[in-house]
Order: sequence, then C-alpha cells, then structure tokens
Amino acid sequence: MAGSMKESPLQSEHERLGGRMVDFAGWSMPVQYAGILKEHEAVRTGVGVFDISHMGEVFVRGERAGEWLNGILTNDLGKLGDGEGQYSLMLNEAGGVIDDLIVYRLGGEEYFLVVNAARAEEDVAWLEERAGEGVEVADRSEAYGAMAIQGPGASALFGVMAEGTGIELPERNGIVRAETGDGEVIVCRTGYTGEDGFEWFCAESATADWFERALAGGAEPCGLGARDTLRLEMGYPLNGSDLMRDRTPVQAGLGFFVDLGKEGGFVGSDVLAAEREAGGFDRLAAIQFDGKGPPPRPHYEVFSGEERIGELTSGTMSPSLGVGIGMAYLPAAHAKVGTEVAVDVRGRRCPAKVVKKPFLKR
Amino acid sequence: MNVPTHLKYAESHEWLEEGADGARVGISDHAQSELSDVVYVELPAVGRKVAAKESVAIVESVKAASDIYSPVGGEITEVNSKVEQDPSLINSDPYGEGWLFKIKVDEGADLGGLFDGAGYEGLIG
Repeated sequence: MAGSMKESPLQSEHERLGGRMVDFAGWSMPVQYAGILKEHEAVRTGVGVFDISHMGEVFVRGERAGEWLNGILTNDLGKLGDGEGQYSLMLNEAGGVIDDLIVYRLGGEEYFLVVNAARAEEDVAWLEERAGEGVEVADRSEAYGAMAIQGPGASALFGVMAEGTGIELPERNGIVRAETGDGEVIVCRTGYTGEDGFEWFCAESATADWFERALAGGAEPCGLGARDTLRLEMGYPLNGSDLMRDRTPVQAGLGFFVDLGKEGGFVGSDVLAAEREAGGFDRLAAIQFDGKGPPPRPHYEVFSGEERIGELTSGTMSPSLGVGIGMAYLPAAHAKVGTEVAVDVRGRRCPAKVVKKPFLKR
Repeated sequence: MNVPTHLKYAESHEWLEEGADGARVGISDHAQSELSDVVYVELPAVGRKVAAKESVAIVESVKAASDIYSPVGGEITEVNSKVEQDPSLINSDPYGEGWLFKIKVDEGADLGGLFDGAGYEGLIG
C-alpha cells in the first residue's frame, strides 16, 4: 500500500483478517474480506461490522448554531429534539450537492454531523467560511474511530458491545453520548444497508478493542464492496457517484429531505424552488434488468430504442435479487416507473425497466 | 493455492488440460481467488476459431469484469453451459466443474510458451 494513504485505526485488524485493501477517498480501506456475497448475506440475515473510521465527525455549537446550520442544510433542523438526527444535504449556490450527511442534535445548541470521507475537508471549509458570531465549527475527524454494525442481529450485538457501559441503544435516528472505561462513545441508530443497525463512534485509540468486541459477539467483518451492494439494493445514493455538484437533490429524488418551506431558506433553496416549479427535470431512476445478464456497472449507457438517454451512476449484480440493478439520471419522460429501457453492455442491449425504489422490497 | 501438476498454465492465469478429444480450458485457483465471487460468465460461440492469447470469454465478479484469453490457437468445440447457469462453480471447483470451454488445438501449435505447474507456482508465488 502506498505510504501516502491515510490509515484507519483498524488497519492492522484488516490485514490480520485478510482484508483486501484499496484506496478509497485517500484512505486505505478493505473492499472485502471473505467475499462480497458472503458479507452481503451476513448483513441481510445476521450481523456485520463495517469500518467507517474514514468518515468525518464535525461538531457545530454556539448560541446561534441551530438557526445558522438550518440556513445551510436542506432538511428542517427545527424538527429535531435533543438526541434526534436526520438525513440532510449541503448544497452549493447552484443547488448542486456538496455532501449528504446525518446531523444530530446532541442537546441545546450542539450538533453532530457525520459526513463522507471524500468531502470532509470541503464540508468543513464550506462551514467555516460561513460561520459567524456565536457559531463554532470543530472538525474532530482525527479524534474518532468508528464502525457501523448492521443486520437483523444488530440490537443483540449492541447488548454484547455495550455490556457494562450503561449505554442504551437509541431509537431509530437517535443518538446517545456516554463516557465509558474506554473513553467516549457516541452511538447513533441509522445505517446505509436497509437493515436495523447502529454506528459506534469511539476514541481513535480504543477503536480496535471495540472492533474486537463486535467480532467476538459474532459480527462478520464487511468491506466497502458489500456496503455498495447493500446500499444500492435500497436505492440509497452514494455521493460522488449518484450525487454530484451539478445535480440537485430534487433530481436525485431526495425531496423528502429538502424543506423549501423553511423560513429564510437555505443555500441553494431558490434554485431548487425554481426547478420544482418549472418541472420537467431529469430524475435519478432506479433501473432493474428484466432477467439474468451481465452485471451493470457505472458509466454503462442507457438507451430508449436507439436514443441514448443517460448513463448509469451506480450499478451492480444484486446479490439478493440475482439480477442487475443500477441508477441513472434520465429525462423526465423516460424516468417513470415501468418505462422500458436498455443498458448497453459491451455492445449488447440488455432489456431493463425503471422500477420503484427500493429494489429490494421488504 | 492449488496448482495441479498435470496441467499447463498461461501467464494470464488460464489452465489447459490436453485430452484425446481436444483440450479443456479454465482459470486457475489463484485467478478465481483474486477475482472473488464470480457472478457472470460470457463464453465463446462453438465453432469459433481463435488465436493464442486472443480474448475469448469474460468472467465477472461483483466488482470487476476480466477477459479470459485462449492459451492456444484452435477451434472452440464445446462450452460449459453449467458454468453459465451457476458461475460460482468457477470459485468452488476451478479445475473441475468450473471449466470454461474445450478447444481443438491447431495442428503444430506451440505449447512451449505455457508454464508447467512448478513454473506457474513460481509466477504466482
């Protein structure tokens, strides 16, 4: 591995477990251990643990913190009580996506943001540039290690990991913060797989010990490969692939997380309002192959008859469904559920349809 | 890694087993392990004439697509339809049920460029 890559506090655990390490956003991270299919299956039927130490942890506090942050993020922070979180987006002035993130209200005027590794520096710069009187932005990404525990067995595993700490598993989208004998722990109940689960943020130096506890409790170590197949089966977008600076959350189908009624608006809200008003915009469509075929991959072209109408932003063979699935921004006329399209794979047109998200119905 | 000594190997990780009715070709245990979970295979048409080192098949894992090259020149005489139905056979039994195709080797074809088991082990070691 190139020495210039950042290493997670779990680097030696990954090596010991046979993790296949790749460069992900400048971090050395495992794409898989035993195999993507086995890891995917573990999360759908048991419990898996993912290293997410590369993700950014940012605290925003101060007497004006909530009001100020609400003018930057798309969702309405006013809906959050103490200990609650929500999915939200940070946009540029043109309404394009800088990052998607989860923001939690820790209590009073302190907020905790979990952001993508590839965008952490840019997010912090964007926030710091705009922070004024009464707002403090603290990037604590270096101080924390983190893991995501996902699967129907997650709450049982939580009992094992939290034993003796007094920490209780928060409600869905909730957050708890506690001091333990092994330092600070923050537990959040969200996920990126469609299964029950939680994130466990802890002191960098204690991460390996907590990870070992998760493994001893029966969690299958899972890499970025399974994380991608699991999230795509749910139709969850990945920033940098499905979300980008020249696409808006309205186009991405994330309108539920955009509150255009907020007083004072937010960065990019005027663009989104105009786009929604005008209609006819491209939409991020979920595309499923009609039958068995080659796995669709990012950048494969999508056709309607002989007309090229877009290209895949994500694509994979769905391990749960056994067919190809992917997403693409398509013109509105082609983005309706049920529309027949074709995906070009090495010159062969594979028949597919626009389907409703998620691909994997529960 | 399992490297049977009765087979010949190409630098691009295919194996070749010479038999009375032509040669069978598949990918090595090392190759299937590197690829990881195989989820799709595209095999050549029977009757196709191929040159040595020509791309003749595609094996795809969840993460990537890989070209498979014919270790020798010849004519494709049979493909393994079982592996098209169940590509995971390539992972579970790369030298047996996971074979890919049979080829009638061109007369006078030079197999000298292929490795024996020990040579291939040296390559992947």
